Order: sequence, then structure tokens, then C-alpha cells
Amino acid sequence: MLRVANMNKTQDKTLTRTLVMLVYIAFTLVPLYWLLNTSLKTNEETLSVFTLWPNAPTLNNYKTIFTDPSWYSGYINSIIYVAMNTVMSLLVALPAAYAFSRYRFLGDKHMFFWLLTNRMTPPAVFLLPFFQLYSTIGLSDTHIAVALAHMLFNVPLAVWILEGFMSGVPREIDETAYIDGFSFPRFFLRIFLPLIKSGVGVTAFFCFMFSWVELLLARTLTSVNAKPISAIMTRTASAAGMDWGILAAAGVLTIVPGALVIWFVRNHIAKGFAMGRV
Amino acid sequence: MNKPYNNKAWFFILPVFLTVAFSAIIPLMTVVNYSVQDIISPEQKVFVGLDWFRDVMRDSELHAALLRQLIFSFCVLLVQLPLGIGLALAMPHKGWKSSATLVILAMPLLIPWNVVGTIWQIFGRGDIGLGGHVLNLLGVDYNYASNPLDAWLTVLLMDVWHWTPLVALLAFAGLRSIPDAYYQAAQIDGASRWAVFRFIQLPKMRGVLVIAVLLRFMDSFMIYTEPFVLTGGGPGNSTTFLSQYLTQKAVGQFDLGPAAAFSLIYFLIILLLSFVLYNWMQSAGNNANASGGQHE
Repeated sequence: MLRVANMNKTQDKTLTRTLVMLVYIAFTLVPLYWLLNTSLKTNEETLSVFTLWPNAPTLNNYKTIFTDPSWYSGYINSIIYVAMNTVMSLLVALPAAYAFSRYRFLGDKHMFFWLLTNRMTPPAVFLLPFFQLYSTIGLSDTHIAVALAHMLFNVPLAVWILEGFMSGVPREIDETAYIDGFSFPRFFLRIFLPLIKSGVGVTAFFCFMFSWVELLLARTLTSVNAKPISAIMTRTASAAGMDWGILAAAGVLTIVPGALVIWFVRNHIAKGFAMGRV
Repeated sequence: MNKPYNNKAWFFILPVFLTVAFSAIIPLMTVVNYSVQDIISPEQKVFVGLDWFRDVMRDSELHAALLRQLIFSFCVLLVQLPLGIGLALAMPHKGWKSSATLVILAMPLLIPWNVVGTIWQIFGRGDIGLGGHVLNLLGVDYNYASNPLDAWLTVLLMDVWHWTPLVALLAFAGLRSIPDAYYQAAQIDGASRWAVFRFIQLPKMRGVLVIAVLLRFMDSFMIYTEPFVLTGGGPGNSTTFLSQYLTQKAVGQFDLGPAAAFSLIYFLIILLLSFVLYNWMQSAGNNANASGGQHE
């Protein structure tokens, strides 16, 4: 590519690319910067003057969140049900994805499409029945209820991604393991799982992400004990006087867990978004 | 592709089937059940047949919401697909720059949806927001809370901010899977940049682009939380999309029967449109591949 004759042309192209990328990155970061900026201001400053950086930066908004149980319990609740959901989704999806990637069976295609239809269902459609179902079986306002409800869209997704990664592992590996006398569980845990561990990581990341960002079902199924942080935020936002500083600080804190986990899967994330089938 | 046929595989599927069925089939049956009854109180229910469906089909507010929804989803695809592909082509391929770009791009995807609404609220307001403030300073009479057009553009821009990275990451994954040999061959043939894109990169991205179109279509068709926080569906009804209208009916007014009938119709619309889109893109891709094959 880098032949002398092409040098200038290539440099021009690289420059345009870099420019496009930088403009878009700025577009992504500016609203986030403004959120951070607002979270460091007092409400008086936010409402009275217009400053690109707080005149008197304050961490009071964050302090409120970390000391008031009605705020920080929201984060704990969210993390609990998200973790439950991720573990449960992976546990049921792993064997199913293996079956889809290795065998044909009666109704396999229909089953796969049916799973995907659940990814297509608007949560609003199931809002009321969910509420009634979980009330009836006595699970409303528990973490497990939200985790179960989120499995509706996370399990199909997990099966989809894992199946893509598993199909990339040649079947000869399974057969060789059986000839070598491995039992199925031992083969699966010792040989197969390590081969697709990046796939498992990526899937866990996606389950985490979609459970973390969902609000509608999480809010409907909880009232006090398991109320997620996103629901607490909307409640505060609808109060008569807007507390912009705290709202912004709470927003900044909801971004932190995502930003942390994304770092661990950064090298696989692109493939993960393609559901493992590139 | 010749996988062995083995019905015992069903034992592996069973846990998934049971958990998803619990969260999908029972609620779906409840919705079907409601959609044909008039629920006056939990003890008093009257079978009304298809009356609710007739009502819903004639509901002019619903027609308006559906039209808005279709226009919105169309705009979303129109903007985000080309932009996402462009970004994927511009992304650095290696080193820390590539990692950093990926992480920054993926950030909006990990923000809870109501916080996305909050971010744009804080950013877009004329009094406290950078975006709104700068526009007003430039003499643009911008106010998303009172002007329907401004509200629309803000919701669309917010969705572009939120979801274009998904398309970009998908397209990027597709591009990374193309072996270098393809590019070298194209260079020997003296292929133009456009020809490389049209005959190598685009066909190779087909699979991931199908996923991108489907996901963006389905998700934009269910959009609820972000406009709910940002505009609350207003001004007037100008940004009330289908999910919001449905939630108003089901939870706000507690019209269970009509809401259930509406739910079923809504679900069927998404299913149908996704199915059509999927088949259309598959066949378009096959044709492109066929004609690409003649060039080789």
C-alpha cells in the first residue's frame, strides 16, 4: 500500500479519515462532557450563569448520592439483578447454543426464530401481564423478578451470539475428544469452554449491557426493595423542582460500570456486536 | 453445514425453552385473553369478541402514532446506516487508537436509556444546555419543548448519538474479517476506491448489515424511554410513538382490553416488517453475490 507514488494520496486519505473520526468522537463526547460539567456545579450556578467549566467545582452532588440510602441502594439493586440475569442467561444459553451449533433436530429453525421473536417484542406489550404474573407468584418487587423478566430478551441474544462463536470451532475437536475418551461434561468444561471463552465474555458483556440499560420492565416490576437506579432517577426528575446537579451526578455514575466492563472486552467487542457470525 | 440429525439435542434446548416460555408464552396468553374481554373488575369480565380490535383499527390517534413511528424508523435507518458504514471505514485498524476509538464509540450504548434522555435534556435546553444555548446565541430559535420540529430533530439526533455506534461496530467487525489478499488483488487489478467498496467490502459486510438493519429497525420501532424522558411525547403528540401510546393506554388509563388488542397488533406489525426486511435483504444480498461472481 505504501509505495512512494501512492504516498501523498494515502496520506490525504488518512487525514480525511482521522478528521471524520475526530468530529464524530467530539459529537459523542460533548453531551457527556456537559453532563459531567453540570454534575460538578451547584444548581444556582447551573441556572444563573453559563459556564463551560464550573466556577466553583463541587462534589456535593456525588456526596449526596453516596450517603443517601434511597440513592445508593438503587445502584446496588441494579447491580444485583443485572448480575443474576447475566449468570442465569449464560447458564441456560450455553447448552442450547451448543445444540444449535452442532445438531439438526425436529423444529430447530422454528425454535431459533421463535427465540428471536422475543428479542423483537416491545417490552411495552408485556408490561401489564408481567406485572400481574409476578404479583401472582409473589415475586413482585424482588431482584429475581427483574432478572427473570430481562431473560426474555437476553437469553435469545445470548444463544444467538454463543451459537455464532461455537460454530467457528471445528467439529473435529468434539470428535477427537470423544475418541480420546472424554465424557461430554468433561469435554465441554475442559476443552470446549476454554476455546470459546472470548465468546462467553462477550455474551456476558451483552447480557450485562441490555439488562443495565433497560428501564421500563425494571421499573414496573419493582416498587421499593429492588428499585433500580434508573427508576429512582425518573422519580426525582418528575419532582416539581428539578435538581439538575444530582440528576447529572447520578447519570455520570450510571456510565461508570459500563465504561469499566467495556474495557475488558474491547478486543472482541466488534465481533460480539456481529453476534459472533462474521 | 451437514450437521448430524439428533433429537436428543432438545434436552439442551429445554432450559432455554422453559425460561423463555415462562416469560413469553404466559404473558402472551394473558394479552390474548384480555384482548377479547371487557374487564370491568377482576371478578367481572365480559367476552366481547373482536370488538377491541375493531376499535383499535379505527383509532385515529393510533394511526397518527403509527405513521410517526414509521417515519421515525425510516429516518433512523436512512441516517444511521450510511453514517455507521462511513465511520467503520474511517476507524483506525490497529493499536491503542483502535481500542480507544472502539471504547469511546461504544460508550453511548452502555448508558441506561433514561439517562440518555437526561443527557440530551441537560444538553439541549436553552437555559442550561450547551447545545440549546449555543443555538440560541447563533440566533436560531430552538426550543425542543415547544416546537414540534425541534423536538423531532432532537429525538432523531439523540437516537443517532445513541445507536449509530452499533451500526459502526457491526460494519467494523465485517470489515475486519476481509483477508488482506482481497485488497492486494484489487490493487493489482487497479480497482478504484469505489470498486473496492462496492465489490469487496459491501458484499463482505452483508451479513452484519442485515443484523444492523434488523436490530435498528426493531429497536427504533419500540423506542420508549428516551423520548419519554426528553419530550414526554410532546409538544402535543408530536413525539408520541407506538410504545408510548400503548403504555399510556395500558398503565395510564388502564384500558386493558384495547391495550391488549393494540399490543397484539403492534407485535404482529414488528414481526411482519422484520420478516419482510430480512427476506428482502437476504435476496438482495444473493443477487449482489451472483453478479459479483460474474466479475471474478
